[in-house]
Amino acid sequence: MTIERDPAPQFAEFSHPERLVSAQWVEEHLGEPGLVVVESDEDVLLYETGHIRGAVKIDWHTDLNDPVTRDYIDGEGFAELMSRSGISRDSTVVIYGDKTNWWAAYALWVFTLFGHEDVRLMDGGRAKWEADGREYTLEVPTPTPTEYPIVERSDSVIRAFRDDVLAHLGNPLIDVRSPEEYSGARTTVPGYPEEGALRAGHIPSAQSVPWSKAVAEDGTFRPLSELNTIYREGAGLKDGDDIVAYCRIGERSSHTWFVLNYLMGFPNVRNYDGSWTEWGSLVRVPIALGTEPGDVPSR
Amino acid sequence: MSEQQIPSQLAEIRDDFLGFELRDRLQLLLEFANELPELPARYADHPDLFERVEECQSPVFIFIEVENDIVHMFATAPAEAPTTRGFASILVQGLSGLSSAEVLELSDDFPQTLGLSQAVSPLRLRGMTGMLARAKRQIRLKTAV
Repeated sequence: MTIERDPAPQFAEFSHPERLVSAQWVEEHLGEPGLVVVESDEDVLLYETGHIRGAVKIDWHTDLNDPVTRDYIDGEGFAELMSRSGISRDSTVVIYGDKTNWWAAYALWVFTLFGHEDVRLMDGGRAKWEADGREYTLEVPTPTPTEYPIVERSDSVIRAFRDDVLAHLGNPLIDVRSPEEYSGARTTVPGYPEEGALRAGHIPSAQSVPWSKAVAEDGTFRPLSELNTIYREGAGLKDGDDIVAYCRIGERSSHTWFVLNYLMGFPNVRNYDGSWTEWGSLVRVPIALGTEPGDVPSR
Repeated sequence: MSEQQIPSQLAEIRDDFLGFELRDRLQLLLEFANELPELPARYADHPDLFERVEECQSPVFIFIEVENDIVHMFATAPAEAPTTRGFASILVQGLSGLSSAEVLELSDDFPQTLGLSQAVSPLRLRGMTGMLARAKRQIRLKTAV
């Protein structure tokens, strides 16, 4: 029982227009049976200051990450989370958040690891909703628990581990961090806390395309022609490429994964969630410094 | 080492947090965020005096005033960063009125004692540790003879 897609013309040119909805679409469909709106933010308290009516909160630190192992929750944990969020296996889930959907895209990527079929992003996130002058509420919904099946997480298709990345060298890599992190001038995004990588720089041969290039000033995704200029002309991606995107912990690269996969239609894109906090601390993996991608290391 | 004696106004804040379940600790943090006072007029137009706390994910600026050895802390953080505002507000309320020695003696781990690491994640909590470290540094600079 999925809900009709947003027919907005600005989405029609994308490979998977069914993955995006506009703020207006969300407002018009609020409360429709089968639709669950999810807010996922960087700031763990932002939802509590006001959110879209009926939206439930899913936090990536406290809900999606395993509390002990550096990994995501398992099938049982996901089923439990879905149940208490009022999400059924056939629900249409629309995710939105702060920082132009940075964390919302991350949550969407995790939903996809569990094969939840109909999960979409609200284009522009909170910023666009607010700029449109739409309302928030403080009222927290109490969803009726659902019977969500226990689905085993599938890590093989859209997720890359460090050994996968080593085997991938020679194929396109996209580094979506800031230019300072890419060149090795620093290990963290400007203004963010140190997250413990022992070395700075980038994976050799990776092209630098900061994630935010994919969004326009109002926080919505850029049109396809501009995305082509950035990723095909700028970073040299071409049809048939097998691509791995990474950042610092895999959250910004989820955003780029969404762009490459659903907007531009590259079928083989994986997100390396270990990202720089893992690679930059691994013993004896190759690292390049400076603003140039550097050569593919010989194996 | 036995538990350090901490000034009563800080102990009170800590005990308030620890008295709640995880979910309600977040609510209390939100109350702190809402209580972060506006800057006094004499500082409102002086962004140059404020130090950016780089450890925080959102732009937060702090400024410490020491008058007759009594500490006053001021902070600004945007409304769309309530967690950071909450952290700043805890320190503004917890440190202001103490003597400079009392603040300098406070354990750098004070943020870790509030029972928030599970509720907000250890990573986010680092922002508050950074704020406290910078506050202490400013006090050291201002009280150096």
